[in-house]
Amino acid sequence: MDMKVDKKLGLKERYALMTRDLAWETTYQPMDKVFPQVTYEGIKIHDWNAWEDPFRLTMDAYWKYQAEKERKLYAILDAFNQNNGHLSVTDARYINVLKLFLGSTPPLELMAARGFTNVGRHMVGAGPRVACLMQAVDEYRHFQTQVHSISNYNKYYNGMNEFAHQQSRMWYLSDGKSFFDDAITAGPFEFMVAIGFAFEYVLTNILFVPFISGAAYNGDMAAMTVGFSAQSDEARHMTLGLECIKFMLEQDPDNLPIVQRWIDKWTWRGTRKLASVGMMMDYMLPKRIMSFKEAWEMYFEQNGAALFNDLARYGVKVPKCFVQTVAEKEHVTHQSWIGFYMKPDSTPFHTWIPEKDELDWLSEKYPNTFDKYYRPVLEHFDAQEKSGNRFNNKTAPMNCQVCISTIKFNDPDDPMKTLIRSKTYKGEKFHFCSLHCEEIFDAEPEKYIQAYISSHQVLQGNCAPEGVDTTAPDFEPGAHIAAYWRLDKAATGDFNGSEDQANFAAWRRQATSN
Amino acid sequence: MTVAALAPYEFASRDRLENFHGKQLVYVWWEKHRMFSRPFVVALTPATPFRRLFEDYISTYAWHPDWPHIVWDQVIWQNGDEVFTPDFDASLAQNGIGHKDLIRFSTPGLDGIAGTGY
Repeated sequence: MDMKVDKKLGLKERYALMTRDLAWETTYQPMDKVFPQVTYEGIKIHDWNAWEDPFRLTMDAYWKYQAEKERKLYAILDAFNQNNGHLSVTDARYINVLKLFLGSTPPLELMAARGFTNVGRHMVGAGPRVACLMQAVDEYRHFQTQVHSISNYNKYYNGMNEFAHQQSRMWYLSDGKSFFDDAITAGPFEFMVAIGFAFEYVLTNILFVPFISGAAYNGDMAAMTVGFSAQSDEARHMTLGLECIKFMLEQDPDNLPIVQRWIDKWTWRGTRKLASVGMMMDYMLPKRIMSFKEAWEMYFEQNGAALFNDLARYGVKVPKCFVQTVAEKEHVTHQSWIGFYMKPDSTPFHTWIPEKDELDWLSEKYPNTFDKYYRPVLEHFDAQEKSGNRFNNKTAPMNCQVCISTIKFNDPDDPMKTLIRSKTYKGEKFHFCSLHCEEIFDAEPEKYIQAYISSHQVLQGNCAPEGVDTTAPDFEPGAHIAAYWRLDKAATGDFNGSEDQANFAAWRRQATSN
Repeated sequence: MTVAALAPYEFASRDRLENFHGKQLVYVWWEKHRMFSRPFVVALTPATPFRRLFEDYISTYAWHPDWPHIVWDQVIWQNGDEVFTPDFDASLAQNGIGHKDLIRFSTPGLDGIAGTGY
């Protein structure tokens, strides 16, 4: 008997069968009970089939591409590790970028995976469901490859082994955690604007400059390869975010004000998160790529403005915070670095004052602000450190109720003053770092009054390691904080005089001399 | 506005007064001395004399070279945006300092390292 062999399916046909064909109208239960989350945010969708997928990627093709990419990635990671690649980075200060990255980013990839899994379940159309499923798997992979690429450094340097424990406890990781907690507890459409659009589309390039280009510039082939391997995924993620925005706006004119509010909110929340990313570019990479200010101009002011011009035909306006971010680009990285520098006992990475030529670089890159506001205090810190009086601010921080950043940003009208906004809600005072954060609070106060602020948790007696009696009369909140954080003492303090600095120098000498 | 949600959405504040076991939060900030990066927070009983807040906590600002030059009777104290004159021997409560109040002080003529606000 002759076998009837079908001709190979075309990309379009296969896509239709493998994605759109997987959705159906439910009959045992009404659709609105099966998909309860797509209506309560107020977004109106009339035709789920109008969702376009430019990539037309099916799950079988996804596995094939990703498996191939990962084989290559792990071959490079192995080679890097076997050749003591960690000794080829510019200098040991660079490794602190990896420590900060490890604490802040891979755990958030994991949260993104959870978020996209949830949205993939709740979107009605098969198009967005399949795209969200792939993005969820991407985020898991990114978490895993990032941790694998850094795990080799963990064999040699301090401060990396407790990143998972520290993620939901350390003071400086609360802002990123809050960002994702806020997004993942929102409805599916707001999540897509928060992560899919504002983060993946509008702000992601700024995130990639210090990590991928930074790794490449500083001889870290492992981290660089992880970044490049993720880039084809990122292109898909950006498209998904933008597609979702356009889909909502095309479906119903009533969606516009809701979408606009989310764009305003999430562009601002993302901007606040990027202050510490920019700090890595300006202060922590021994070989710098560009200043944060230049990156902001290129990726946000120019590319971002072009994007919002494109979206203007739907009635979308540039985010409300746009003007403030432009004014702040000359300040925020310096303010962030001072914020970390003054807490040498409280981070699992080292800080330092830049060398003279690095201060000169900052003066050149920030002609309007660096010499006027920041250089004198950094030079003062440096002189104090050299005379044995290294700055150590032992107090606990005041944080913004919404973005959970420490309240350290300047008044837009006066860079010498710190902006602190306050209000009373249901008889209790709340404080904010900016007007934008205050407006986010006003829109959903019941959400933000639950914010986790680590210094307040310490003072409530909630941050003691197991076995410590927090009800004892002599219990001192804060006394056990390092143990609670599982903070390795060798990982703290100034870079100068650190074990990492000494080991790196000794090992490099061994590798390059007799 | 309220939170859009599928079910009633009401939660107590995480930092409400009763969670601090008889103490209250107080924030402190020295204006135009931004080397300390951000205001600090402490938890004290409302009966704590203002002098203790000053001697045990505000004095950590002494690391700044401007500190010895402060003329204390010219200092402007504020609770939030309201100017007030603290009675050092009276309690926080008697000074009108409530839970999560922000005490800021300005030192005229002292604007930080090289007049930078730092």
